[in-house]
Amino acid sequence: MDSQSLRWGYFSRMGIRRLYGQCKGGDSVTKGFMKRGPCALAIALLIPLFFVLNVAPKPVNAEGEASNLAAVSSAPALSPIEQALADLSSENAETRSAAVALLIEKGDASLIPKLDEIRATADRLVRQAIKPVVDLLKNRANLTSELPDYRRSAASDLASTGRREAIVWLQAAAAKEEVWWVRYTMEESANLLEIRSGDFAAQQIAIKKLGELRSQNSVSILKELIEAGKAAEATEEQKTLMSAASGAILEIDAWSTKATIIETIFRGISLSSILLIMSLGLAVVFGLMGVINMAHGELMMIGAYATFITQQAFIALLPPEHFDWYFPVSLPLAFLASFGVGWVLEATIIRFLYGRLLETLLATWGVSLILMQAARVYFGDLTAVIAPQALRGGAQVMVGVYLPYNRIFIILLSIVCVVGIYYLLFNSNLGLRVRAVTQNRNMSACLGIPTRKVDSYTFAFASGLAGIAGWALTMVGNVDPGLGQNYIVDSFMVVVTGGVGKLAGTIWASLGIGGLNKVIEPFSGAVYGKVFILIGVILFLQWRPSGLFAAKGRSADA
Amino acid sequence: MPEQMQPQQNSRETLSFYLVGAILLIVLPLLNVLPAEESWLRVSDFRLNQFGKFLCFAILALGLDLTWGYCGVLSMGQGVFFGFGAYCMGMSLALGIGKESVYGSDLPDFMVWTQVKELPLFWYPFKSFAAGILGAILVPMIFAAIFGFLAFRSRIKGVYFAIITQALAFAAWLVFNRNETRLGGTNGLTDFKQLLGYRLSEPSTQLGLYMLTVVALGAGYLLCRWIVASRAGKVLVAIRDSESRVTFTGYTPWIYKLFVFVVAAGLAGLSGMLYAPQVGIITPAQIGVLPSLEVVIWVAVGGRGTLIGAILGAVVVNFARSVLTNYFPEAWPFILGGLFVVVVTMFPDGLIGIIRKLFSGGPPVASAAMPKPQTQGGR
Amino acid sequence: METNKSQEIENVNLTEAPSEEHGSSRREFLGQTGRVAAGVGVAALLGNLGNYALSYAAGGPPIKIGILHSLSGTMAISEVSLRDVVLMAVEEINKAGGVMGRQVESVVVDPASNWDLFAEKAKQLLLQDKVSVVFGCWTSVSRKSVLPVFEKNNGMLFYPVQYEGEECSKNVFYTGAAVNQQAQPAVEYLMSPEGGSYKKFYLLGTDYVYPRTTNKILRAMLLAKGVPAGNIAEEYTPFHHQDYQTICGKIKKFAAGGGAAVISTINGDSNVPFYKEFGNQGLRAEDAPIMAFSVAEDELRGMDTTALVGHLAAWNYYQSVDTPQNKTFVANFKAYCKRNNLPDGESRVTDDPIEAAYFGVYVWKQAVEKAGTVDSVDKVRMAVYNQKFLAPGGTIMMDCCNQHTHKPVIIGEILKDGQFKSVWRSKGLVKPEPWSEFTNPEKGCDWITHQGTYQKK
Repeated sequence: MDSQSLRWGYFSRMGIRRLYGQCKGGDSVTKGFMKRGPCALAIALLIPLFFVLNVAPKPVNAEGEASNLAAVSSAPALSPIEQALADLSSENAETRSAAVALLIEKGDASLIPKLDEIRATADRLVRQAIKPVVDLLKNRANLTSELPDYRRSAASDLASTGRREAIVWLQAAAAKEEVWWVRYTMEESANLLEIRSGDFAAQQIAIKKLGELRSQNSVSILKELIEAGKAAEATEEQKTLMSAASGAILEIDAWSTKATIIETIFRGISLSSILLIMSLGLAVVFGLMGVINMAHGELMMIGAYATFITQQAFIALLPPEHFDWYFPVSLPLAFLASFGVGWVLEATIIRFLYGRLLETLLATWGVSLILMQAARVYFGDLTAVIAPQALRGGAQVMVGVYLPYNRIFIILLSIVCVVGIYYLLFNSNLGLRVRAVTQNRNMSACLGIPTRKVDSYTFAFASGLAGIAGWALTMVGNVDPGLGQNYIVDSFMVVVTGGVGKLAGTIWASLGIGGLNKVIEPFSGAVYGKVFILIGVILFLQWRPSGLFAAKGRSADA
Repeated sequence: MPEQMQPQQNSRETLSFYLVGAILLIVLPLLNVLPAEESWLRVSDFRLNQFGKFLCFAILALGLDLTWGYCGVLSMGQGVFFGFGAYCMGMSLALGIGKESVYGSDLPDFMVWTQVKELPLFWYPFKSFAAGILGAILVPMIFAAIFGFLAFRSRIKGVYFAIITQALAFAAWLVFNRNETRLGGTNGLTDFKQLLGYRLSEPSTQLGLYMLTVVALGAGYLLCRWIVASRAGKVLVAIRDSESRVTFTGYTPWIYKLFVFVVAAGLAGLSGMLYAPQVGIITPAQIGVLPSLEVVIWVAVGGRGTLIGAILGAVVVNFARSVLTNYFPEAWPFILGGLFVVVVTMFPDGLIGIIRKLFSGGPPVASAAMPKPQTQGGR
Repeated sequence: METNKSQEIENVNLTEAPSEEHGSSRREFLGQTGRVAAGVGVAALLGNLGNYALSYAAGGPPIKIGILHSLSGTMAISEVSLRDVVLMAVEEINKAGGVMGRQVESVVVDPASNWDLFAEKAKQLLLQDKVSVVFGCWTSVSRKSVLPVFEKNNGMLFYPVQYEGEECSKNVFYTGAAVNQQAQPAVEYLMSPEGGSYKKFYLLGTDYVYPRTTNKILRAMLLAKGVPAGNIAEEYTPFHHQDYQTICGKIKKFAAGGGAAVISTINGDSNVPFYKEFGNQGLRAEDAPIMAFSVAEDELRGMDTTALVGHLAAWNYYQSVDTPQNKTFVANFKAYCKRNNLPDGESRVTDDPIEAAYFGVYVWKQAVEKAGTVDSVDKVRMAVYNQKFLAPGGTIMMDCCNQHTHKPVIIGEILKDGQFKSVWRSKGLVKPEPWSEFTNPEKGCDWITHQGTYQKK
């Protein structure tokens, strides 16, 4: 009997065992799961398919034309101010500048909505023309606006107009302001205007104040003052200002170093959380089945495309005010889509290759090529989703430290995922089985755990996790066929460094690799940073060949 | 090994070796030179050149087959060693361009546009052509020795090793893409004019290079066969089948692994060295993750654990690629991916396995290439 | 589950069967390896035979042209559109009676975004298929890799994408912009009061020859115009870079205090993460606009443009250009894509490289008709010089002697719908300068009175 037939025998036995397992039914949990599997798969495959067929990718924008029309139709109005407003959109530069002058002179806060309307739809020339008007008029309305963001950007816009009359307004607003960083911007802007005023005493105070405020925006003007003071023909006043300015710059620089450190740490954590959320699924599968899933990145891509399709469906089917809901809605869809594909992948390819680690690696790589090309052929272009309003912009936590919401969101999501997985693994029957199989497959099988089923649903679940990772990644990058490839090598490194079978290893490894990456990057650039990490990992494996948290065992081949 | 199990087969292999050698070395070049331009018998310069490229790849595949097929060490970073070889050669050729370049400068073109004023130090040795040839083989070997030493000594193996080498390919790709590396960035090295005074644009030079490639392939094949047939070769196969048993028997597996890894790197360097002048360009695109993996698929398709399979796989897959991309360009990644899946799951012995099964009915060649399904998870 | 089980069993049986059937089949004479080897040898011949058969079967009068654009791999996203538009132009020409009464037949090959394969496919087109002209390439790398092939075999390539200049090959016609037809005017515009009088420039690009050379020229130009070196920053990222946190942080610091603009030569898929991060870190188009040279309508199609609105780009053509021939062109292209069931059909857009690829075909046609032959590359080349054509974006003219194209320059602002609004337009056509006056003032390119690149007196 040659080994060929031996192998087939093995497969048929596998089939029989599986058959047996299914007829007898495992425990209720797995049974329910196996019943739901096909349904989930069907939904995951059908829903996207439905949307794709009906709602092939369309240009993302449908709104925004109406307001343009409104601006144009206000032209025949009679009052000079309204006439000036209409003139702003004129193609004639002279008409435009006349209108601007008139509006600055006579305008008041009530014009702001109209101006904003024009600005939102206007082209660059008009924007440029409107800017001084808006900057000045907006402050009266916007310094007392309900929204802190408006108050703040109004304040910072005022600084760039260079008009002294704004100082009083800013100071008055700052006195009433409650949100610290809005007040900060107001004070900073007031002092920036003051410093340009040419009034020596006021300048001195402003310099001192800006130094205390650690204002990064003032550095360039302070440097100008220093240059002026250094010049041979500098007056005594200029020299005094110079010394004051250099003192202020020292203060600002010291602070900005601190801010940079904090931002770097944040970026490190942000990158780590992306790596973590990607590596979790990989690590679970690797720990349980010893399968390295090279198609993991493409399962992420599927999650990302599921999000994209959901967005397209929302644009096509629902009124715009519900648009932001597409994001939460697409979470389960992304999970299910990847779950389904993972499940199919396991059932058709992976299960024939258990125990042949290198072969799974190659076969899944082939799958990844196919999935990538399929996405490329079907979706073709570079696509991206529009972030919901809540995830745009960021939070000013302290002077010089601005944290984007989307990054914070991903960090939180990765924490939720880790907690969720811990809960699943250590607080449920399912998790118990998974852990048992991970530790000793034969023993678990003897004890009646349907190990094949455990494999199958764990693999599908890990694929679903990849889908969630893809869903989250749409917030930072584009949705394209190569999405998975961008981070996949890094997340393999995480798994290898972290060691098999212990989630803690994955967490620490992703923190280490992500953090280190961001610490090195400012000095070495992105590329050499990655190379150093690789060298670091190889050296680290010298010390700990099976990763940070190797599972203890007696096998010599482990 | 099958070769040893069937002594008869050994002589057959020798026979076919000479036969193939004769076809490649004598018949094809003759067909290139003798028949009239329009005759259907004529192998055009283009075809010959293309075939030379495939044979370069075959040398690369031979090396990987030695480590993976025989020793079970899957390196997904062969492209890096290939790149080292090609770049060493390319640097020599680039310095040979002289003032014929676009900018008319002594420096290679890319240095002009990246504003490098002086030749970087590490370029100097390559002013000598001999250094180029030597470097093309030694640099990859030395690099492989250091990398392999670190990896094998600490018992990084199997999937771990595959992933580390993949990361290596990725990192090398990034580094070679950087213009700061002073190796031409994404554009790589190109526009070579002459090699030891022979114009590279002359068909006769290309014919010579082709024949050199055939000879190199033959030599590489003989070297691998010699290694495989030796005592060390048996240890290699033993390591593949059960490393721990080999350890218990008193061998030190990592030294053997390191040895084949270094030999494979040398072969990869050799293949890169021959590739650069024939194709006329070397870029980081040949170094990255995907090209390195393509080498694996050549070996898998041809049949790992048989040297002839590696050669066959490299030629067949590349030939298929060059033909199929003309007719179904968008389908090629599907085909490549499908090949991976199908070969791995259904035909672990590759083409050679299929052919042997069809003709002899004997046991599949590389049955041992695939470890028996073992119980997993027992760590 | 039921089907699954039975499938599996079937599988096993199916694959088991052949091994039994052939278990005791005939023995061989020659070593099977020998067979294989002979097969290998013959494979090369077979390829040849096939080609001969094909060419004899085709025979007859059509003029063959080659199309050398990546249809798979990473560059496919951009390059497929160029193949489409060239095929469309060929179809139009054939409908109108062909070139000199002969039909045009296109040979499409796929270099798969692999620069080495570009060289091989170029060889195939010139030597094997013997095409009269090739339309192709996108990246500078691919052009550089096919250049030796075209020069060696005296072929003709129409290259439709803006590029870094510093090249003067008689075998290539450049229908895209040189640096002085895109990047230089764009930066001059930003420095002008009309453009916002920006004083600080952050030159950010992907690390390859086009950004490097362009920024080299821009830096020389900025220094020549009195911008202090401290107000210029330069930075490069690898291809497919995704994480722009650190770089946007740097830009924020650089832009603090106002008056700063970003000059972006970032390529392809890195753009979305970059613009997103830029907006999320609180930077606005009004404070620090990004002037991009590699973002066109085709890239913006289907992209989330909210983060990009208000930023700028510089090109020689936009889909929004208001000319009658452009309206027809855009409509035809959409109809063509729809008719041929190409991805996205009617929602396809045109952009600068697409237009350049399109009029390249017509310029070639006019030149062939003027030369009265397709067989002599040199005659056609001479006929291309000074050729004028009413392109969708307006009349363009081939230079008298330097292989490049005279084109208008238009600065556009990105709108919400992924289209551009023109905010500035050059007066008339800008003469192409392959060698920049700032970095290589002593060099010129001329194939009429000189042999290519020459030293100016």
